[in-house]
Amino acid sequence: MKRRHFIKNTTLASVTALVGTDIVFGHLLPEGYEVLALQDPDPFKLFDLDSEMVVLNDKPWNIEAKAHLLDEKITSNKYMFIRNNGKIPENIDVKNWTVTFDGESVKQPKTYTLQELKSKFPQHTYQLTLECGGNGRSEFDPPAKGNQWTVGAVSCATWTGVRLRDVLEDVGVTNSAVYIGYHAADTHLSGDPEKEPISRGVPMDKAYQEETLLAFKMNGKDIPLAHGYPLRLVAGGWPASASGKWINGISVRNKVHDGTKMTGSAYRVPCETVAPGEKVKSEDMCIIESMPVKSLITYPKSGVMILLGKRLSIRGHAWAGELEVTKMEYSIDFGSTWKECKVEAPVNRLAWQHFSASIDFPKKGYYEVWARATDSEGISQPMVLPGWNPKGYLNNACHRIAVKVQ
Amino acid sequence: MDNHQEFKELTQKIHKGFVVAFMFIGMASLILVYVMIDPTFSAFQTNESKAYVAVTEEEDDRIENGIHVRTGLVDAEGLMTVVNNCTNCHSAKLVTQNRMNAERWAATIDWMQETQNLWDLGDNEAIIINYLVTNYPVLKKSRRQALTNIEWYELEE
Repeated sequence: MKRRHFIKNTTLASVTALVGTDIVFGHLLPEGYEVLALQDPDPFKLFDLDSEMVVLNDKPWNIEAKAHLLDEKITSNKYMFIRNNGKIPENIDVKNWTVTFDGESVKQPKTYTLQELKSKFPQHTYQLTLECGGNGRSEFDPPAKGNQWTVGAVSCATWTGVRLRDVLEDVGVTNSAVYIGYHAADTHLSGDPEKEPISRGVPMDKAYQEETLLAFKMNGKDIPLAHGYPLRLVAGGWPASASGKWINGISVRNKVHDGTKMTGSAYRVPCETVAPGEKVKSEDMCIIESMPVKSLITYPKSGVMILLGKRLSIRGHAWAGELEVTKMEYSIDFGSTWKECKVEAPVNRLAWQHFSASIDFPKKGYYEVWARATDSEGISQPMVLPGWNPKGYLNNACHRIAVKVQ
Repeated sequence: MDNHQEFKELTQKIHKGFVVAFMFIGMASLILVYVMIDPTFSAFQTNESKAYVAVTEEEDDRIENGIHVRTGLVDAEGLMTVVNNCTNCHSAKLVTQNRMNAERWAATIDWMQETQNLWDLGDNEAIIINYLVTNYPVLKKSRRQALTNIEWYELEE
């Protein structure tokens, strides 16, 4: 009967760090007692979030933005979605933090301290789009299992760090390398220390891309705890789960990495499309790589009322995984006609792009403004839901806002 | 004589005072040393009680407006079975966000037992699934739903 793991392995130092103040008589707290701040915390204070952010799940923490909160060109921490699979690590000792490179395809295992990574390799900064693979899951029918994300599980912050490529070259990788898999300091919800909550990765091609970073800064500051302090793997344009947080190990594998949430149906879609609700065998599921083309109207907020004769300015962002958005359109008649609008080039590869338009409405009434992006391979967002899949990934259907002209 | 008596009493008082003070300091330092060695007082906890420290179980099972306040779950037949078996590892929010039929809930429970250390639910499994499909039934959606919950506002320029 060792199944129940009610004991919280919270160390005092980490509690103090999270609560942000010293706990008087903290050393007298009995083990297993959860300090109120962690037991029933206010996530908005804990993670420094805007009060309009939406908490989908508090154990583990899963929090998303709303479309209009994502209006900034570079997403601030307070508007960044949080997606956790396990418990946030509680005893981060940044001075002694190390990352160990191992696996079948390293010439020999090698360990770096955080300081060594920072001083030994050139540093680079990129703005990188991170979107949860399950963003938009709430719309699937039949419903898909998991956190019911609407539109706000996407962000585009700047990340500063060293190229994973540079470190891999320093470690020495053999020709047998196929995939890298990350390991991290977060802990499993069940409390089982043998289980990793998540250990995903990317193929070597993606690992070797210029923009794939081992990052230690977000928007110019230390990465916030909820986003992977002190070290995060950032692989922009792919499901954000490939961008592991709290990284303390990278395994270079001679096969597709088989860590937690790499196998079964996790972050996979049917290799061949299926009818809604159809059962799919594990072996018929394929790993999601680049995210599909998508866009979001971030201004104005849905529900805007304007007077007839006034033009309405709209703006937002568009992104296309590994690709670039080459065309942006909007429709005010439910897709009967589309008008092309301006879309800027990305500041760097894998960063989202900004679009804007000024709209004239012909008469009074209820309208929806729909936005549609097209990628450099000519693929557009669908107006209806894309192919159903058991876990509800990759919903890139057009975003729309409600408008009333009076 | 009086002086001698007074002096004797005084020294006795001082002596007593010192004894009390030393005992206090002695005990305090013993406690301090103990806390340094075993800050969690683990020696006073048996392994048995350790494995079953009930964290929030009994704390608050208030029902308000038909909702179990602590978890947000609907008060209905099977509520506490769901609370006790389904909210230890993850939040009830992960349960109520999901709408599944009995077959898919059973498969989800199997998955949690195979991979997430969920215990054998025995007869409770049927109670839990019945609670979920009754109180959180699958809602029919279309391929694209109408926009709802629109908060209308006038644009300020």
